[in-house]
Amino acid sequence: MDNRKIDDATGVETVGHEWDGIEELNNPLPRWWLWTFYATIAFSVAYCVVYPAIPMLSKGTDGAWKWSSRGALAAEMSKAEQGRAATLAAIAATPIEALPEKPQLMQAAVAGGRAAFRVNCVQCHGAGAAGFKGYPNLNDDDWLWGGDLRTIETTITHGIRFPGDDQTRQSQMPNFGKDGLLPAASVSDVASYVLTLSGKEQPGAASQRGAATFAANCAVCHGPEGKGGRQFGAPNLADAIWLYGGTHADVAASVTSAHAGVMPAWAHRLDPVTIKMLAAYVHSLGGGEKFAPVPTPEESTPAGGAAPAAAAPR
Amino acid sequence: MVTVVSRAGIWLVALLLAILAVAAAADKGFAIQMGIVAAACAVGLWTALTRADYAGVARGLIHAPADQSRYDDDPIRWGVIATVFWGMAGFLAGLYIALQLAYPVLNLGLEWTTFGRLRPLHTSAVIFAFGGNALIATSFYVVQRTCRARLAFPGLARFVFWGYQLFIVLAATGYLLGITQGKEYAEPEWYVDLWLTVVWLAYLAVFVGTLVKRTEPHIYVANWFYLSFILTVAMLHLVNNLNLPVSLLGSRSYPVFAGVQGALVQWWYGHNAVGFFLTAGFLAMMYYFVPKQAERPIYSYRLSIIHFWALIFLYIWAGPHHLHYTALPDWAQTLGMVFSVMLWMPSWGGMINGLMTLNGAWDKVRTDPIIRLFVISLAFYGMSTFEGPMMSVKTVNSLSHYTDWTIGHVHSGALGWNGMITFACIYYLTPRLWARSRMYSLRMINWHFWLATIGIVFYAASMWVAGITEGLMWREYGADGYLVNSFAESVAAVHPMFLLRAFGGLLYLAGAVIMTVNVWKTIAGSPLREEAPLRDAPYNAVQDRPLVPVAVPAE
Repeated sequence: MDNRKIDDATGVETVGHEWDGIEELNNPLPRWWLWTFYATIAFSVAYCVVYPAIPMLSKGTDGAWKWSSRGALAAEMSKAEQGRAATLAAIAATPIEALPEKPQLMQAAVAGGRAAFRVNCVQCHGAGAAGFKGYPNLNDDDWLWGGDLRTIETTITHGIRFPGDDQTRQSQMPNFGKDGLLPAASVSDVASYVLTLSGKEQPGAASQRGAATFAANCAVCHGPEGKGGRQFGAPNLADAIWLYGGTHADVAASVTSAHAGVMPAWAHRLDPVTIKMLAAYVHSLGGGEKFAPVPTPEESTPAGGAAPAAAAPR
Repeated sequence: MVTVVSRAGIWLVALLLAILAVAAAADKGFAIQMGIVAAACAVGLWTALTRADYAGVARGLIHAPADQSRYDDDPIRWGVIATVFWGMAGFLAGLYIALQLAYPVLNLGLEWTTFGRLRPLHTSAVIFAFGGNALIATSFYVVQRTCRARLAFPGLARFVFWGYQLFIVLAATGYLLGITQGKEYAEPEWYVDLWLTVVWLAYLAVFVGTLVKRTEPHIYVANWFYLSFILTVAMLHLVNNLNLPVSLLGSRSYPVFAGVQGALVQWWYGHNAVGFFLTAGFLAMMYYFVPKQAERPIYSYRLSIIHFWALIFLYIWAGPHHLHYTALPDWAQTLGMVFSVMLWMPSWGGMINGLMTLNGAWDKVRTDPIIRLFVISLAFYGMSTFEGPMMSVKTVNSLSHYTDWTIGHVHSGALGWNGMITFACIYYLTPRLWARSRMYSLRMINWHFWLATIGIVFYAASMWVAGITEGLMWREYGADGYLVNSFAESVAAVHPMFLLRAFGGLLYLAGAVIMTVNVWKTIAGSPLREEAPLRDAPYNAVQDRPLVPVAVPAE
């Protein structure tokens, strides 16, 4: 049974077995292989001594270095929190109206707001805050409820039409078509009129009929010129910015069945400082408005071009 | 006649049961799946009733040569064809979902074609359908030749093949219908799991039975690996699928293990599916086909013993490294990591034994495209079995976890090691199984080799870049004390890498198309393509037969 022979090509002896023509050489284990294997075993034993490794009755051994993944995470988080603590305290102590006067603090608030925005807001408003259909673009200067720091903070804190927050921003456009308040022809006419406001449609017979319907039904919230009313979050219809689309069909659909989008009240999930920083970030995106002089008489900031927050529909 | 009647009776009963199950099904998905079972039973009933020599018809269909006096090769012929077929299906699905990641519009807005349903279709098609059929076919081939015996239970072997295909069809259609356990690589629901268990035990019986009736004194190392693969997969499959069905006529079930225990069991299964299905099983292929194609003895008998036992002992503990930095207790994470590190050399033992077997025959890498496939597969095997232990080190894992690096790692193993060695085995087997002097074209094998290799390079390199980009972006911490990037920004950053990955997949698929044509032409008996000659291992048909049972063991 001993069929050992010397392999010609390598000069190594075979072990003498043969299966379907396959033989095996009697080479020893490569030394580098064996020693590397031993080294990994030695490393593993040492690793098990210094790190948690051996399961005991209620928990594993702690290891000589007393390291734990929870402990390491807690240490990293507390270090990061300590790094931010002074800034956060300063932001908390500063009324939001006063933030713009402290550029360094404002900068820190915008940075913190950006981080919070990336976690909490991008899902609807997009990574660049440009929004999607039904989710407002926060980069422009077109605001439904107002665009100064305080107003943005209020919107974030209490949300829009958010059930369970009694200070949430509330308004409801009627379903003019669906609920039979206007016949379908009038809905189409009023959509034509609305589109003439921004020059998307040329005035014609339909829009003239629509003008009367608009004055009777829509102007109370959207204003006689359709420029919107922030008291009710009524959108400006005379600009080129459309939350739910600006084609005739889109507008007619909105008149037929109103949208009434919802934004969560973040006071239930985020702390006031984070909300303040979010407001600073959103304000900084490009469309932020200055404070109106009305609410706090001692403030000398002149009103920007935009309407005051509490103004009646224009 | 009696057997015909009893066979038909069994099929009829199964058919009626399946129809009853359709009628009484608790949900639509289960009804459709039972409809598929009923269709399979109807086909079985028809073949039993027509009583024609359906095996003969089938043999004619695939141009099988007459070999009744030799080894039992019909299930292997079917297996080779199934391997090529499912490979194409799996690669195509992979390319499609790669494009879905780059262009989400390709989800088509239909629930059946979403990434979430097509992704398990891809993974199961390539691992279990392509890889599984390759393993079953090669194991039947190798165990007969190295035991010098015909398959122990020929009928059962055919049941294994067809039963396994039914398992694949049920699993795949289930995914599209949204029937899933939600466990990675173990998605099929309870009734499909039960069916696979039956098929797998039959597989074990055929394999062990053939080992028992061997006429060789010793069991060849390839068969150790096959046996460890079959046994361990049976154990893993059973434990990870301990489920309680909501209804015996419904597709939904709930696992016995919950929470972190469930996660640990799942990754004990998932990691050892890699270890025993994709490593041990394919090493078995390596241990037979590399020395046969190279016509050289195995490099080291001692190494094969040591690395076999080290591999199977260490692999089974390494699963927790899939759960680093999770709710899994630290001690379990540590054990997962250190066993993975110790696994490095036992894994490399297989690579060394494969590559060093070419000692004295290295010139064949220049001239033999099949040897080239074996060498590149072993190179990728070595690379991914180094990369794996490295990624299991917690410090590395904190960067690589949840990123596309993992996807790149898996594919350098799957495309490089499992895919390439399977292609090589298909090219080795096809001419021998169909009694041709060689494949239709050896040059086409060479084209396949280069397309696949370049495809893998694109795939692995783009996923390394993407993974490290993601890892660095996710942990980037600004001087202002906040994370710098949102998740969506990291997705946008790796978009070009997703395109390169899809391109690599396209090349790989193109290579497989060439293989399909080549195998098709060889089986169909086309005249061999006239081309400048390349080397191939000669086929000695006279010696390729079992020993007569009364004969003394070899030599």
